[in-house]
Amino acid sequence: MGVSGGYLGSLMVLKKMALVGDAFSHVALPGLALGLLFHFPVFLGAFAVLFVSAVVVWQLGRVTKLSYESIVGATFTLALAIGILMVVNGQLDLLEALFGDITNVTLFDATTAVAISIVAILLTKMIYKKLVLGMISEELAISKGISVSKTDLLYLLLVSLVVATGIKIVGSLLVGFLVAVPAASAKNISSNLLKYSVMSSAFGAISASSGVLLSNYLNLQSGPMVVISGITVFAVTVALRWKAK
Amino acid sequence: MDNDNDYILKVSNLSVRIQNQAILDNVNFKVRRGTTLAVLGPNGAGKTVLFRTLLNLVPYDGKVEWKGKVKIGYVPQNIAVGDIPISVKEFLSFRDASDVPSCLDAVRLDGKDVSGKRLGILSGGQLRRVLIAWALIDNPNVLLFDEPTTGVDIGGEEPILVMLNELKKSKNMTILLITHDVHIVNEYSDYLLALNKCVNFFGESKEIMNPTVQRTLYGETVCVGAPQR
Repeated sequence: MGVSGGYLGSLMVLKKMALVGDAFSHVALPGLALGLLFHFPVFLGAFAVLFVSAVVVWQLGRVTKLSYESIVGATFTLALAIGILMVVNGQLDLLEALFGDITNVTLFDATTAVAISIVAILLTKMIYKKLVLGMISEELAISKGISVSKTDLLYLLLVSLVVATGIKIVGSLLVGFLVAVPAASAKNISSNLLKYSVMSSAFGAISASSGVLLSNYLNLQSGPMVVISGITVFAVTVALRWKAK
Repeated sequence: MDNDNDYILKVSNLSVRIQNQAILDNVNFKVRRGTTLAVLGPNGAGKTVLFRTLLNLVPYDGKVEWKGKVKIGYVPQNIAVGDIPISVKEFLSFRDASDVPSCLDAVRLDGKDVSGKRLGILSGGQLRRVLIAWALIDNPNVLLFDEPTTGVDIGGEEPILVMLNELKKSKNMTILLITHDVHIVNEYSDYLLALNKCVNFFGESKEIMNPTVQRTLYGETVCVGAPQR
């Protein structure tokens, strides 16, 4: 999850959508509540809601030409409002869904997360250059035969998939970290795209694994420890960047 | 005598509307093979939209006829590199450039020095040259160039224009360039299309020295030539 979050997040940060991943994770709240209410895997509920949201965000972006950040901002608060109403009226305990708990992750969950991460990374690798070119110049991308809006849609769907999978492990409140912080750390010290994407993935993996190990060792919750590890990496890269100037 | 085969592009009755506003209105012109056409006009005159239309990127009414086998290289006015950590080599490899150093050599950039640099830290002139290298990768015979000297300091303008002229001659390239600069029209183009939604003037570039033409374009005479010392 750390690797896929970091890799997909590297594009999120370049698109100046670092906080979109965070907002996206909150969009999943009604899906989580549905899963808990009707006793089906919360991942499926979260993914269904995220999938629909991604399509709505993409379509609104195409039609209104508003930035994804504004659209996700509106969608996110609406989804959160609906989620809270469902939680309160359904008398649910969403603590685990909000904060995640890796100790409750089964072998099946872990295998599914690995499989989904591999698919998400491979598909993102196929569209990585197209997405970057679209960011640099939409005209150049279109003149090269790239459908910028379709590529954006595929990317948003892949982000939904990774976010929905990550919720189980680090929880809805913290999964946004996985797509924002490792990439932001990598950007601080990268001179080219290859280094940047590789380092984003590596920092995601380092944050996730060291956080989980530390949480085991210190007997603390895994989600917050993953975030604390990642922020430590971020602080180091900020210092390195500052030193290099 | 005019022969139809001499022309590589013929545009007839071209109109473009975007969000119900007329951007181009009944535009007619043609471009002779191996020549440079300068497209001149104020901001909002529809120059960039004209290029996007020629690239078939926007819907239009009328006719855009490219004659024979045409390969178009496009250099946009702006790209949003910002702080994207992408090297020159990586950028050019997006177009499957197998030999990046020779692509850069063709635009008089030192391949060894520039290819590993981040696109975002290049000077205006270097960036324009990299964009020209991008456009030249698959040996186009037509180059559409949106404002060749945007973001380039005064000393860097001339070498780019001279290089374009040499490319035109050596590769028998047809060049269409957008400019605000009367000096560029006069020195580096063969034909002039003055645009302000519709065509104000279409003819030989040297006509821009004609006071009557200048009054049509600007309402008054414009000084062209080297400043007096």
